Amino acid sequence: MSASLEKGVRVLKEVIDAPIASYFSSCVHCGLCAEACLFYTETGDPKYTPIHKLEPMRRLYEQEYTVLGRLKKLIGLSKAVTDAELGEWRELVYNSCTLCGRCSVVCPVGNDIVYMVRKFREGMSASGNAPEGIKGAANRTITIGSPMGVKLPAVKAQMRHVEADYGLPIPMDVEGAEYLVMLSSMEIMNFPEYLGAIAKIMNQAGKSWTLCSTAFEATNAGMQIGNSDLARVIVSRIVEAAEKLKVKTVISPECGHAYTALRWEGANLMGRSFGFKVRHIIEVLGEFQEQGLLKTEGFETDRLTFHDPCQLARRGGVIKQQRGLMNMVAKNFVEMPDAGYMNWCCGGGGGASAIEEGEELRMEAFKKKKSQFDAVKPDRVVTACANCRIVMEEGLEHYKMNLPVVGLTEMIADHIPNPVVAKPEGS
Amino acid sequence: MNELQFLTWVRGPGLNLAISIFLLGVFVRLFEIYSLGRKKDLSEPRNVGGASGMNTVFRRSLPAEGMLKKSPISYIGGYIFHIGLAIIVFLFVPHIKFFQGLLGISWPGLPSQLVEFVTIVTIVTMLVILLDRITNPVKRYLSTFQDWFTWALTFLPVLTGWLAVRHLLLPYTTMLAVHILMVELLLVFLPFTKLFHAFTVFGSRWFNGTVNGHKGVAV
Repeated sequence: MSASLEKGVRVLKEVIDAPIASYFSSCVHCGLCAEACLFYTETGDPKYTPIHKLEPMRRLYEQEYTVLGRLKKLIGLSKAVTDAELGEWRELVYNSCTLCGRCSVVCPVGNDIVYMVRKFREGMSASGNAPEGIKGAANRTITIGSPMGVKLPAVKAQMRHVEADYGLPIPMDVEGAEYLVMLSSMEIMNFPEYLGAIAKIMNQAGKSWTLCSTAFEATNAGMQIGNSDLARVIVSRIVEAAEKLKVKTVISPECGHAYTALRWEGANLMGRSFGFKVRHIIEVLGEFQEQGLLKTEGFETDRLTFHDPCQLARRGGVIKQQRGLMNMVAKNFVEMPDAGYMNWCCGGGGGASAIEEGEELRMEAFKKKKSQFDAVKPDRVVTACANCRIVMEEGLEHYKMNLPVVGLTEMIADHIPNPVVAKPEGS
Repeated sequence: MNELQFLTWVRGPGLNLAISIFLLGVFVRLFEIYSLGRKKDLSEPRNVGGASGMNTVFRRSLPAEGMLKKSPISYIGGYIFHIGLAIIVFLFVPHIKFFQGLLGISWPGLPSQLVEFVTIVTIVTMLVILLDRITNPVKRYLSTFQDWFTWALTFLPVLTGWLAVRHLLLPYTTMLAVHILMVELLLVFLPFTKLFHAFTVFGSRWFNGTVNGHKGVAV
């Protein structure tokens, strides 16, 4: 057994807990999880059946944690997990799983399959079997500070642009602010409107907020790759920043996995609960709307639909807020089939969009999203995750569909009246 | 060994052995699974009505949104044969008499003709389900020896029981002994095969419901 395999097996043995043991013991091979997985429905290839993606881990569980399995191992009746096998499983565990969690909500015996895939990735990563694309993103986040290699000067440059465009200050490192606003590289590089939108919304709501120079990147490739040590380093920057600046709430940007990393995995990675709250920007907007702090003017009149990011809705429990917000600014909002809790993934979550060699499969899987769009024929798609947005733009381009994708936060901000900027005296 | 000795053995030492292995097996399996424990979730919970382990234990008995259409055989067939088995095992008067002898408690049963009808429906449904496992590409891909073996372990007690009642194929005494032996094989293998889902299904649904309920998602 190679050293890396030994490490992977050790990590896998550590992550197998009672839920995983119970799940493996409950599976009856009914195959219904396949029907919930867009990689199966769009390719028809049974190897993409979610529970099958866990086969090496299941065998290891049986061999290590069951009396009968140990007996079989002792007399040489069981097949050991090998390097080659894990290598073969890379495509199944990463390229063809976006951690969307649809399988976990349909399994009749109640198996939380995506919970197991997330844990299996720990062993895959430890044994050196994570895909280069996500590994690179994780390493850049650790060494440079962001998966796309964005550094603080780039953020500062965007801040200045946005300040000039919107006439509103973009605060940085302000101690005692109520909200610490996190960004994703994608927003810094491709969607700077997000930052402007935050400035407008916070200004109208009369809330204090800040960016942080030591922690502006919210995405966590360490979690996607399945390396809790890296994930912890990345999340700890944000935790330290929030504690240093004494903020009440950290706002996750329009990014699904950043939200999961901060909101649900963060405290567990750190091994302690937080003294501050973590909210997705859509939750914050929902609260503002409820409290009457969000006042919009006018409506979008074209046909709009909303794509629920998996980590926000099915995996994060935020489903109503985005609909309340859509109806606030859209006259013609239509729901796609399966929208909300059962929405289909864009095909690029969970780090999949960073895997170059997975692109062909991703485009194949995108047919599911396309069929949802075809069912309601929207003029534009609104979403709340910069990664979904990029992945859908790629898919739409591939299928030559002219369908713009926009972020909900910026759409809301577009309907907030421009602030009256106090001009300096004498000018 | 003649047929009477065979029947005596399966009713006496055979039954005791099977029940002992079954009970010990269930205990060992439950222990080896649930003693693994799990880490406490330190993230701030979001409490929402309907999102809890107990909710999921019940809710998961119904198909998830849109799933019934995707695989009606799995769902409808699944309901029929599970409910059918429960009726046959617990509401057939001779079975109740057997439980009374074993546990000392008794309950009312259903008319034999009704139980026979349920038995035939169950047998046919199980055959359809087997055919589905052979022809459905996903089920076939996932299937290992255990899947075929456990199907037989579940099917044979039902079939032999019906044949015994109907006095078909073998003399009644022999068929009854074969029937009891089949039930004993089922008991012996249940804890160590996927049939153990009969016990772990509740724990699995509960864990899933609890982990996701913590996030305010009613799964």
